[in-house]
Amino acid sequence: MLRKIRLLSAVVFFSAITLLFLDFTGTIHEWLGWLAKIQFLPALLALNLGIIFFLVILTLVFGRIYCSVICPLGVFQDIIARIGRMGKKLPYSYSPALSWLRYGVLVVFILAMIMGLNAVVAILAPYSSYGRIVNNLFQPFWQWGNNLLAYLSERIDSYAFYETEVWLKSMPTFVIALVTLVMLVVLAFRNGRTYCNTICPVGTVLGFISRYSLFRITIDTVECNSCGLCARNCKAACIDPKEHKVDNSRCVTCMNCINICHRNAIAYAPVVKSKKKQKDVSEKPGQSDGKVNLSRRRALSATVLVAMTTTLKAQEKKLEEVEMKKDGGLAPIKERKEPPRQTPLTPPGSLSARNMAKHCTACQLCVTACPNQVLRPSGDLMNLMQPEMSYERGYCRPECVKCSEVCPAGAIRPVTKADKSATQIGHAVWVEEYCIVHTDDVECGNCARHCPTEAIQMVAIDPDDKESHKIPVINTERCIGCGACENLCPSRPFTAIYVEGHIAHRII
Amino acid sequence: MKEQDKNINRREFLNIVGITAASTTATLYGCTPKNEKTPAGRASLAVPTDQMTYRVLPGNEDKVSLLGYGCMRWPTIPSPDGNGDLIDQDAVNELVDYAIAHGVNYFDTSPVYVQGWSEKATGIALKRHPREKLFIATKLSNFANASRENSIAMYRKSFQDLQTDYFDYYLLHSIGGGGIEVFNRRYIDNGMLDFLIAEREAGRIRRLGWSFHGDVEVFDQVLAMHDTVKWDFVQIQLNYVDWKHASGRNVNAEYLYGELEKRGIPAVIMEPLLGGRLSNLPDHVVARLKQRRPEDSVASWSFRFAGSPENVLTVLSGMTYMEHLQDNIRTYSPLVPLTDDDKDFLEETAQLIITYPTIPCNDCKYCMPCPYAIDIPAVLLHYNKCVNEGNVAQRQSDENYKEARRAFLVGYDRSVPKLRQANHCVGCSQCNEHCPQGIDIPKEMQRIDKFVEQLKQETLPV
Repeated sequence: MLRKIRLLSAVVFFSAITLLFLDFTGTIHEWLGWLAKIQFLPALLALNLGIIFFLVILTLVFGRIYCSVICPLGVFQDIIARIGRMGKKLPYSYSPALSWLRYGVLVVFILAMIMGLNAVVAILAPYSSYGRIVNNLFQPFWQWGNNLLAYLSERIDSYAFYETEVWLKSMPTFVIALVTLVMLVVLAFRNGRTYCNTICPVGTVLGFISRYSLFRITIDTVECNSCGLCARNCKAACIDPKEHKVDNSRCVTCMNCINICHRNAIAYAPVVKSKKKQKDVSEKPGQSDGKVNLSRRRALSATVLVAMTTTLKAQEKKLEEVEMKKDGGLAPIKERKEPPRQTPLTPPGSLSARNMAKHCTACQLCVTACPNQVLRPSGDLMNLMQPEMSYERGYCRPECVKCSEVCPAGAIRPVTKADKSATQIGHAVWVEEYCIVHTDDVECGNCARHCPTEAIQMVAIDPDDKESHKIPVINTERCIGCGACENLCPSRPFTAIYVEGHIAHRII
Repeated sequence: MKEQDKNINRREFLNIVGITAASTTATLYGCTPKNEKTPAGRASLAVPTDQMTYRVLPGNEDKVSLLGYGCMRWPTIPSPDGNGDLIDQDAVNELVDYAIAHGVNYFDTSPVYVQGWSEKATGIALKRHPREKLFIATKLSNFANASRENSIAMYRKSFQDLQTDYFDYYLLHSIGGGGIEVFNRRYIDNGMLDFLIAEREAGRIRRLGWSFHGDVEVFDQVLAMHDTVKWDFVQIQLNYVDWKHASGRNVNAEYLYGELEKRGIPAVIMEPLLGGRLSNLPDHVVARLKQRRPEDSVASWSFRFAGSPENVLTVLSGMTYMEHLQDNIRTYSPLVPLTDDDKDFLEETAQLIITYPTIPCNDCKYCMPCPYAIDIPAVLLHYNKCVNEGNVAQRQSDENYKEARRAFLVGYDRSVPKLRQANHCVGCSQCNEHCPQGIDIPKEMQRIDKFVEQLKQETLPV
């Protein structure tokens, strides 16, 4: 019974959180957004004391059911493990705790947090790992499925589905997600919850608490005949049948052992007295952690069109004998390149680069939710995988505050549309040499036309000639850095106006 | 960049042409028995081969089919290099063969149509039929460079591309835009009109005329030259809306046609359907037309209107699809002229149509390619579609606001790729001089963009 309750609630939590990371429309967040906010690390980073208190109490009373029900990465491993032990009667065996590794990782994790090595923190954090895996590896399939439906609904003249663009947002993040997934699948497939009990810092911290939890798995030493059946079925490898002991710091209270015991010697019951722990030093499973080479960055993104333009150049010579303006056809769309920004852009609500760095667990929930293709994981080593903004594909639209609504960690605080329109996350910079007023000798003003705060005015290039072409002048005091000007600037590959980030956001 | 790209396309286009030039799809059609019996209720689907109405007008012994083929909208296929489209020569051959088999004998093209490929593609398709049974019309489209050398080069290239040594009909292309000065620059100052008159005397041009859009003063002045030049025909925009309710700078067709009839100059009709705008109508207008003649298509009303006046030589239609070709052949095989009642009915219909604030774009693509990559006609057509379908919300309190908003925005992304949408209009206005309908394109782009923003931000008035 207990096991069934655990299974059912795990499935519900897991599906719901997975949906959060798949849904690009942002509609599910309204209902289920809280599921991300009750995750341990995000709550800790958001200094959400209520939730932390609740989780501590929960663990103190019931043990690590957080790991069995709430943590999506834990449930994900259970699913993999279930596949892995198919057909095997006695899939697992007891192994002593690898304390040096557990505490070692935890120490590294805490040090990384203190020192601001966000990449290390992000790679080790379980909830973020899961978010990255779903966002990078599973969401594309979800989107392609949606696009198929969009294609079909277009045929029947329905507007129920619309097409979305699937694109690789960051190569390093993708690789990290992939490596994490492979590592987890291998570990879980073979040995169940190895990751949770050797690497996961949240597991280790909760393990400290669950050691003293009220309800625990206990073995009735009178009934127990040390057959070891429970231990051979324990995915956490925490039951020592010889000693009749359960390592409660590693037990994730999955309740699997209760029904397996032929002698009904195992129970999940309150324990008043605490037991002393035991130490063992012995075999360890081979481990490699999730770090990969982070150096590969925008190498792939450039160089594509360059080659093409040169081949096209060769054709230019052959002139038409008749000069005419032919009707129809579409001008080719030239690739856009990201301008070299001195300071990266972080979304309104993130307050400052420091706040972002301090709170973000790089779970990619905001990247999932961004409907304007603005947010993507950073490739910068210091805030690897944390979100940053760029405007080649879209801009931070005035009606959207999605990322601030979904962030569970307080890295992007909730803002209203009004707040956002008064938050200066950066300021626009004009690059004279690229402006089509110069290069194409035409009137433009598309930046000024689309500026939501009217921070751009068009003034005559020649102060003495009112009829001369007009160039944009930016009132940086009014500019909020939304990137409408940059995104809609016609100049390619670099835009003639782009946004420089602000280290700390300002309210104007 | 633009020019380079076109060259690439052209090269690849020639490859495609090379493959398909030899293929013969002729004689596939035209084998429908004369009075084929069709199952009850499906009579309207038969396409007669020998019932086409022909016009022989006084002073013009040509026996011209009332349906003329406009070669401005040939079907295209996506280019293999992913940039733009190429003419689908197989489809062109098929359409031309079918048209000829069903009695169409007038083909109207221009050097600038379909990214400059129309003459070549039309020439290839027509070469497979006896030249003497066809009437080929093309134009001096010297918009970009009106020098005598360039104009003559353009004239000569048309012979080459159309694979012929004479033109039955030759037009000064789209006069009226830019006033009489532009007309003088293009045809008088460079001596091209005299050159063409000499060519007519030499027999390389059988009939000389012009097509008209725009300034009525130019129309009057050039028409007045009839006494000296003798215009053999004039091509005008005529349909039941433009008859009395011409939009923008267009002139009412009633006046244009009347002036031609007065002088006995045959009229060739263009835009009888306004680029499809007169078949793509609001539901209740469609219902009204269908109610009166349930078996006839909505478009057939436009063609009957354009074909009914007796001084009309031929009615041009740019038929991209076989179904449109078949429908139009049906309408003119034979023509059932409009009664006076019908005419009143269509005038009332026109008055209903003009209450809809559509933008008068006929999808001729003269404005294209936009140097900033916008798909101008696609944006305007999407807007018009939404106008007709009632999906252009005025206020947030509109009954169907939510559905209309979604239909407009989702449909917009479907009809026009994001990077070709109206928000990329820089307002350079290079397109405006090319629009025969006189649409202020940047103004419309910015208006539509503003509307899109209002929908996205939900800032329409409540």
